[in-house]
Amino acid sequence: MKISLFITCYNDTLFPETGKAVVHVLERLGHSVEFRAEQTCCGQMHLNTGYRKEALPLMQRFLEVFDDAEVICSPSSSCVAMIREHYSILAEETGDPTLRDKVRNLLPRVFEFTELLVDRLGVTDTGAFYPHKVTYHPSCHSMRTLGLGDKPIRLLKEVRGLRYIELPGADECCGFGGTFSIKNPDVSAAMLADKMQAVAATGAEVCAACDNSCLMHIYGGLHRQRQPVRVAHLAEILASEERR
Amino acid sequence: MSVRVGAAAESPSFPMAAKAAMEDVQLRQNVRHATGVIRAKRALLVEEKADWQQLRTAASRIKEHTMRYLDRYLVQFEQSCVRAGGKVHWAEDADEANRIITGIIQSHGETEVIKVKTMTSDETQLNTALEAAGITPYETDLADLIVQLGSDHPSHIVVPALHKNRMQIRQIFLDKMHLETLGREPKDLAEAARRYLREKFLRVRVGISGANFAIAENGSVCIVESEGNARMCLTLPKVLISLIGIEKVIPRFRDLEVFLQILARSATGERMSPYSSIWSGVSANDGPSEFHVVLLDNGRTKVLADEAARQTLHCIRCGACLNICPVYRQTGGHAYGSIYSGPIGAILTPQLQSMRHSETLPFASSLCGACYEICPVKINIPEVLVHLRAKVVEQGDSPIVEQLAMRAAAFALAGPRRLAAAQGFARIAQKPFLSEGVLKNLPGMLSGWSSVRDLMTVPEQSFREWWRDRK
Amino acid sequence: MVEGSKVTASARDRILASIGASGNPEQEYQAIERGYESAGTAQKGQKLDLFIERLTDYGAGVYRCTHLEIAATIAERLHARNAQSVAVPHDIPVDWLPQPFEFIRDHASPYPQIECCDGVITGCAVAIADTGTIILDGGSSQGRRALTLLPDYHLCVAFEDQIVETVPEAMHRLAEAMSRPLTLISGPSATADIEMTRIQGVHGPRSMEVVLVSL
Repeated sequence: MKISLFITCYNDTLFPETGKAVVHVLERLGHSVEFRAEQTCCGQMHLNTGYRKEALPLMQRFLEVFDDAEVICSPSSSCVAMIREHYSILAEETGDPTLRDKVRNLLPRVFEFTELLVDRLGVTDTGAFYPHKVTYHPSCHSMRTLGLGDKPIRLLKEVRGLRYIELPGADECCGFGGTFSIKNPDVSAAMLADKMQAVAATGAEVCAACDNSCLMHIYGGLHRQRQPVRVAHLAEILASEERR
Repeated sequence: MSVRVGAAAESPSFPMAAKAAMEDVQLRQNVRHATGVIRAKRALLVEEKADWQQLRTAASRIKEHTMRYLDRYLVQFEQSCVRAGGKVHWAEDADEANRIITGIIQSHGETEVIKVKTMTSDETQLNTALEAAGITPYETDLADLIVQLGSDHPSHIVVPALHKNRMQIRQIFLDKMHLETLGREPKDLAEAARRYLREKFLRVRVGISGANFAIAENGSVCIVESEGNARMCLTLPKVLISLIGIEKVIPRFRDLEVFLQILARSATGERMSPYSSIWSGVSANDGPSEFHVVLLDNGRTKVLADEAARQTLHCIRCGACLNICPVYRQTGGHAYGSIYSGPIGAILTPQLQSMRHSETLPFASSLCGACYEICPVKINIPEVLVHLRAKVVEQGDSPIVEQLAMRAAAFALAGPRRLAAAQGFARIAQKPFLSEGVLKNLPGMLSGWSSVRDLMTVPEQSFREWWRDRK
Repeated sequence: MVEGSKVTASARDRILASIGASGNPEQEYQAIERGYESAGTAQKGQKLDLFIERLTDYGAGVYRCTHLEIAATIAERLHARNAQSVAVPHDIPVDWLPQPFEFIRDHASPYPQIECCDGVITGCAVAIADTGTIILDGGSSQGRRALTLLPDYHLCVAFEDQIVETVPEAMHRLAEAMSRPLTLISGPSATADIEMTRIQGVHGPRSMEVVLVSL
């Protein structure tokens, strides 16, 4: 299958390793990956912060870039959630029927990385080896908007050498919320403190998630506190192989 | 017009009030404990209800339908209520409602009223208006009594004194009820309230209530409660006045079969609240001989006019979104500066006030979506929050620095070359803040962020550069 | 303008004028999706067991008896509570009432007189097993609302055929009585206002018991 990668603007800039890992896993499973260089951003940050006007051209660009892509995969739940939840509404607001049709046509082709693996490709064993204690933070968008359920955990449990430890209070938000953490830094920090306590209580070496934005937040707190826990996007764990 | 939501227009911004609230360790402990208890109880009872999702859908559809035809249902309610012997008044704003109610009480020459818990009267600041007219209001709901005696403000829609623990409540009762001794157990406190209020229930001749539901079909009003104080106020006085927001109307009696099943489970984690009272006008030899309804707009028709946000009016005030909200859990209710707190408050207060005086509320959420998931009438609160954020930006009330940053980001994201240039710029711009392999002490808008968190650095190679070089 | 309605004409008109959609409300109302359970599925025995379980959960005792044993069962309950004076609706069946208690038949008695009673005995209109709810509609042997409110103990007589399984079934049965004063009672008065902990008994009757009569 030819899979078109939507890397997202912040993964492109801050977390290239995640993109490389997605490419690696999909190619290892025998699929071909393409990267359309004209892509930039889904518009989530602008829309969620109230800048709807600025979000619209970003959506239009996305629709153009991925117009004829067979399957689009993104390693970011929140960006996929943005596309699924808001693109129809944004298109509706313009009153442009062509745009509305384009969105309708796009939605069934967009997959979050674990959705693609489990639902579309029917894979839970990605052939990975990762000899570490790992806990998993189900980000709000992955859990509530996309309804990923136990897909990420099923994928983790198939990884050889990996010891999965459940995160207490997993369904609580980590306090990132995009610009929320900038506009309400104190409340956000208090939410983060709860999350860090939960992560530390697992004794895991690595905290995984399907959203690097939340991981960036959790890592930011853990690192400041000099906690020895690392963070990793799920794709990076699934890409890891046994060195022979 | 003087549309007002309590004292919300004079309250400090959410981030400021939240910061202050979070310094109160006792308050945070109380809020955490109470919301934890109620969440667990609710979860158990919702789980046993196999048709929960169908009930939510039906509730949502009934509300949607009612809002669409609200003018007709209001007129039908008015006609039915009058036919049953009630009197119906209409109030456009808080002051008008207060004037009508004060006038009715004065026309009977009364100087005291007993009150059932009603958020709507907090919205119009009825107690202040009554006191100014020489009328003494007695709150009879236990939590409202705690708030009133403690000269405090409600911090939760269902449990207004949720921020107080038993020892704090005991002290308020000792001081204000002039008691010599009082036990330490919740049941002792409940007993004290029973003794304090019993005499008032039997003596005061005017009762004031809100409503959970007003039924258009037959003009009935429904009030759901736990303690029996509402039954006292609805039954014993000669005159009863119900202040009802226009959005409380439901089409038919049978619709209660949906709302009564979801309300208590969501609000207090019970299958049914101990008491639900439903009455229509006046009845011979049973209850008050005079019944008034005051239908209140106070900004609601404006909310109704905005199709993307009108679902806000579907709210049945169960408070489930407060209990589940990770933000509310940290700050408690007072930080929202309004009698309506938590996620529903963050969308309701600004709208009632026509998007003035509460510009930080739509941003008081991480958009985690827990409120939408738990809402028994399926109000998509995150969706409405995002919609309201756009209104704040549109009316130019977002910070200038943020506006500039967002425009700059939009410019950078308008094409891959610009994005690549911005990535290159970021790599250079981050250098002054580099320390121990991360970014610290960031300036301006980011200073709050970086006060307790480190930021990862922008790596030397972006993904797109790697991809380009890979081929 | 509706007669008898004290209208600030301008407020009413302005509010109504600002709302309004065209369409067919009746038709749209009928089309509302109601996928929830309306009729119960439990057998009679299961339904009664559920009713008893729910009431017990609320801390309300349930005592089963046959039609002929009502008076004896009530006597037992009143003895157990050492109740001397007991209020009853004026139309309560005489054969429910045991000797030698003092029963005060309520004919618009002053509230303080009812309040002094040790308890009140009534029947009910409908009861719901699923939620452990007793419903009074002011009909025969139920009395007016204040009667079941002021005394500290409420003993309610419910017949097995008055018990339905679900809330929708109960609302359906009440359709005729919908405009009477209705009180739905689910266990004794309670509050959760202090630390969200349920405490039994605030203003309403702090004790409630049910005599469940088989047919």
